[in-house]
Formats: sequence, C-alpha cells, structure tokens
Amino acid sequence: MELLEVRNLKTYFKTQKGMVKAVDDVSCSLSYGKVLGLVGESGCGKTTTALSIANLLPPEGRIVGGEVLLEGEDLMGLSAGKLRKKRWKEVSIVFQGAMNALNPVMKVGLQIAEVLMLHDKLTYEQAMIRTKELFKLVEIDEERVNQYPHEFSGGMKQRAMIAMALACNPKIIIGDEPTTALDVMVQAQILNLLEKLKNEINMGLILITHDLSVLGEICDDVAVMYAGKIVEKGKVEDIFENHQHPYTYKLMNAFPNIYGERKLSDSIPGNPPNLLEPPSGCRFHPRCEFADERCKTKEPMLAEVGHRHFAACHYGGVFK
Amino acid sequence: MKRSYVIKKVLQALLTIAAILIFNYFLFRIMPGDPLQSVMRNPKATPEAVERLKALYGLNDPWYLQFWIYIKHLFQGDLGMSFLYKKPVYEVIGTRLLPTILMVGLAEVLAIISGIIMGIMAAVRRGKSVDVASLSFSLITYAMPTFWLGIILVSIFSVSLHLLPTTGLLTPGQTYSSTFAMLADGIRHLILPTLTMSLVLIGEYALLMRNTLIDVLTEDYITTAYAKGFKEDYVIKKHAVPNATLPMITIIAMNLGLVIGGAIQVETIFSWPGIGRLMYDALTARDYPLLQGIFLMITVCVIIANLLADLTYGYLDPRVKQ
Ligand SMILES: Nc1ncnc2c1ncn2[C@@H]1O[C@H](COP(=O)(O)OP(=O)(O)O)[C@@H](O)[C@H]1O
Ligand SMILES: [Mg+2]
Repeated sequence: MELLEVRNLKTYFKTQKGMVKAVDDVSCSLSYGKVLGLVGESGCGKTTTALSIANLLPPEGRIVGGEVLLEGEDLMGLSAGKLRKKRWKEVSIVFQGAMNALNPVMKVGLQIAEVLMLHDKLTYEQAMIRTKELFKLVEIDEERVNQYPHEFSGGMKQRAMIAMALACNPKIIIGDEPTTALDVMVQAQILNLLEKLKNEINMGLILITHDLSVLGEICDDVAVMYAGKIVEKGKVEDIFENHQHPYTYKLMNAFPNIYGERKLSDSIPGNPPNLLEPPSGCRFHPRCEFADERCKTKEPMLAEVGHRHFAACHYGGVFK
Repeated sequence: MKRSYVIKKVLQALLTIAAILIFNYFLFRIMPGDPLQSVMRNPKATPEAVERLKALYGLNDPWYLQFWIYIKHLFQGDLGMSFLYKKPVYEVIGTRLLPTILMVGLAEVLAIISGIIMGIMAAVRRGKSVDVASLSFSLITYAMPTFWLGIILVSIFSVSLHLLPTTGLLTPGQTYSSTFAMLADGIRHLILPTLTMSLVLIGEYALLMRNTLIDVLTEDYITTAYAKGFKEDYVIKKHAVPNATLPMITIIAMNLGLVIGGAIQVETIFSWPGIGRLMYDALTARDYPLLQGIFLMITVCVIIANLLADLTYGYLDPRVKQ
C-alpha cells in the first residue's frame, strides 16, 4: 500500500471573475522513505495541491473531485474531528517561505509545545522537554525556546518550522518551498537536515519548489506541474535526463547549474496561462515552439512513456 | 520590556506636555474677547477702575513675565480663580472629575468589550448574516450624531417607556432609606448617558477589530495553526485575536480626545455634572481660567493615555522590546 495517493484531484477557487481551476485532475503518489518533488512555475497550483491534501483551503477554495488516500484511507471522507486528529500527527506542512508561519506574538517553543500537548497529550513540562530535544535535533540552541520569532534569523525560523513539523513523528512532511528566501549555504544545510531526518525515521517527504537544484539533490521522484496539471512525472533521473515533455525540456535547459537558484518563470519565454480560462487543447501550446493544430484542439493525456514514467504530450519524446 | 524604551516614551510624553503648556497658554492670549470684559459686566466702569483691575490681574506686565508667573503657579497647583464660580479652578474641576471618569470609563469598557466581541464574530463569519448585521449596526451608530442618539434614547426609555430618568446624577430632593437605595438611583441615572456614549464608540471598535482580524486570518501562521489540527475556537482565541488586538490599543488611546468631545454633548443632554458639561458652561461664560484648566487637564490625560498605550503595546508585542 502506498503511503499517500492523490487521485484525480480537482480544486477550484471561486472568484469574482469566475472559477480558477488551480488544480485540475492531478494524480501522484508517495512511498515510505521517499521524496517526491513537485515543480513548476509560480501559480501553477503547487501550494493549492498541498493545501488540498490536508483540506486547509480558504473559504473560496473547494475540492470538487478526486481522492486523497493516506495509507488507503480517504481523507476527504473523514469527519472534521477525525481529520483534525490526523493533521500534523500524520501529515505536517511547512508553508511557503516559512517566514510568516510562526506567530509573531507567541514564543517559538510554545508554538511547538502546543501541538505536542494537543496530539500526544503531553503536559506543558513534558512538551517543553521534547521541544528542547527537537531544537537540538535541528541545531538550534535550546535556550531559545523562550524567544519570539523576530529574535530568530531566517534560517533559524526555517529550522524551527522543521522541528515543529517533526514534533509528532508524522508519516509525511510537505515542504512548500521550504528553502526559498534563504541564501544558498543555509538552503544546503536545511536540505541536508531534511534528508538525514527522512532516512532516520522513514517518513515520506513532498518537496514543493521552483528551484531545480533542490530537486536534483534529494528527490527520488519528480512531478512537473503546468497550469494546474501534471505534465510529466517519473524518477528523478528520467526527468533530468530523459524528459518527454517540451515544458520539462524548457525547464531543464533554463536550469543553469546545480548551485544556481534561478527562478523558472524568468527563464521560459511567455507568461504562465490564466487559470480562469486555460488555453484549449494542450495548456502549454501557446508557449511551445513544437505545437501544431492538434495541440491547439486536443488535450493530451498522461501516457506511460517508460517504466514509471509518464508524460502528457502528443509528441512525447519525438519533439526533439 | 526594555528600560530604555520606557524611559524614551516617558521623556517623549513629558516633552509633549511642556509643548502643550506653552501652546495652551498662548492660545488663550490670541483668542478673541477681552478677559476683563467678562469679569466686569458693568459697562459704566470708569477707566481708573479698569486700570486698577488690569494691575490687579497683572495684565500690564510683559508677556514673558505673565507666562513665568503662570508656570510658577501651575507647579504649585494653582490654576487661577474661576470667573464663574469664584472658586479656585482646581477645586471646580475636582468636584466634576468623578462623574465623568465614571461615565466615560464605564462607556469605554463597555464599548471595548462589545466592540471586540462583535468584531470577532463578524470577522469569523465574514459575509454571513452576523457580519452584515454587525457592519450595519456599526456604520449606523458610528455615523449618528451623538446628541441625536442621546435624544432618541431619552424619547424611548424615558418619555415612552418611563423606565429611566433623564437628568442629573441623582433624583433631586429625594431622601434615601439606605446607601443601597442611593446607589440604585445613581445607577439608574448612569444608564442612559453611558449607553449613549458607548454606542458612539462601539462601531469604530467593532469595525477596526473586524478588519484587523480578517487580515490576520489570512496570515500563514493561522493556516499553520489549522494545519496543526487545532479547532477554530482555539486558533481564533490563541493565535488570531492576540495579533488583532494590538492595533486596538493605539486606536483606543488616540480616541480619548474624541471621547471628551462626545462627553461634552452627552453631559449637556443629560445634565450630567461632569467635565464636559463644565467645559460647555465655561465656554458660554468665557471663563478663561477655568477653560484653560480644563484644556490642560484633558490634554495631559490624552498624553498619559497615549503613554500607557505605548507601554501596553511594548508589553504585549514582543517585537517592540527590541
Ligand atoms: N485564495 C485564492 N483565491 C483565488 N485564487 C487563488 C487562491 N489561491 C490561489 N489561487 C490561484 O490558484 C492558482 C494556483 O496557485 P498556487 O497553488 O498558490 O500556485 P503555486 O503554489 O504553484 O505558486 C493561481 O492561479 C492562483 O492565482
Ligand atoms: Mg506556492
């Protein structure tokens, strides 16, 4: 049984201008002890996918279809109370940037301790002891449990968030761009830490990023998202060396070197599509130099192009 | 809280008070009207008598000497004699202080508590009927003129329903069987002015709380709190409200000046023997020393309230301590 399976997920936002189809028929899966990378330009629906998994969408957002199976159990079928018990205990999320994910007027230690008191039924004293251990694990001085977020540096806040994510020994951690806004050195430290911890406790990790150097470093599988859809997914080697979708190809060619931190959106000509009225046919066709009449009218389905390797392109592989 | 922060804020407050003293003094020199005229209502006064009075009040002295004497007396607690009451100004103010503090204080507490609760309910159920109701209530009461609101309440509760008295602190000529009976009568008199005053304030507090909370609710740390598995009540109470109440403190302190303005109207309508009513009387009688004393007291109160707000803010918001 897979640790996590997302099947045909559709999440839409109701706005004044109409429905924004932020996630449109996304399927992916994650195994124990593995890292799944979710990559794509800003606005392609990565964060929305993460929020949908734990059903944390804002009021205007709605999951209109699909399933999220955690060890075979459909999270969307759970009552609100049962779902709350699973949040953080089984799936924890480090939000984008993580800079604002800590409450500015609450001590950092308490923000970790409160979740231990909730799920693991620890007393305040026990929770603080465990919080100090977690601080040690992520290499923050344990004296700092009584400090406020503004007394932490960016990297320290990020590590505190990772400590918080680890607090209840979850089965899955979702990191939404956990290293953006950090300098390359700190970024590397945090990735190493995540990888080390993942191996130690055999949890699954979903890493959302638009920085390809992060992908190459620690992911096992990669799913490439474009305009609310997965256009290619497979093992990290396949995505890097044997990609079959023109968008992935563009991503890889836009990607300077392993230490670069170039943003994808700067490097591919044209703008990401408006998700209110996505382009007809293949959503990438307006920016694809290989597109022809068929791409404009007929939407390509994800098709198996190799062992555990899927791409959604009418001309999978042969466009080059 | 850092000691240096406290010292800095206290010094700032003292400096402002000094500036106010100077301003307050000269404001009354340039106001139209001759102070002598209001003392001597007799139009047939001889020029010699006027001169004598001028000398008596020190009006012939150069301005800096007058100012110096004013400051000196001020530090001795001497604010001059009221023209109207023929009593020392501090004494006149002193007897009027308690009713105002009681009425305004109670109204503020009421308005703050209900404004915050209304704001929270509206923000949490944004766009729902609770929100619409509280928004309409806030906007209507906020826009209503204070005196008009007061008169409406009087016509409902006193004239139509005969439930509550309309004027004064206590029923005149009443003898009380016990202190308890007197207290009960006092409370009955307190209700309408306090209600009017707090209705004027609630709207602003509710709107501010609602808008700040709505902003706070979109912050990442709120989504994180939900992701941690907490119930909505807990997230609102422990994470959202503490962040949203911070701006309230500043607004409440800044509002105090306006509240005094509202108190003048309320106290005039209800003949409430407080500072606001006194100010109105002093103004119509051109009682300069008394007016000056009241102005000074009010501005000092506002500055102190702001100082307290700064210190509270510093205590509640860890970021200020740096
Ligand atoms: N609360 C919201 N209301 C309306 N549209 C939203 C909301 N949140 C996200 N979207 C839209 O959904 C799409 C996907 O956003 P997001 O998941 O944040 O992308 P990513 O994380 O990949 O940058 C974007 O087009 C964005 O404008
Ligand atoms: Mg995002």
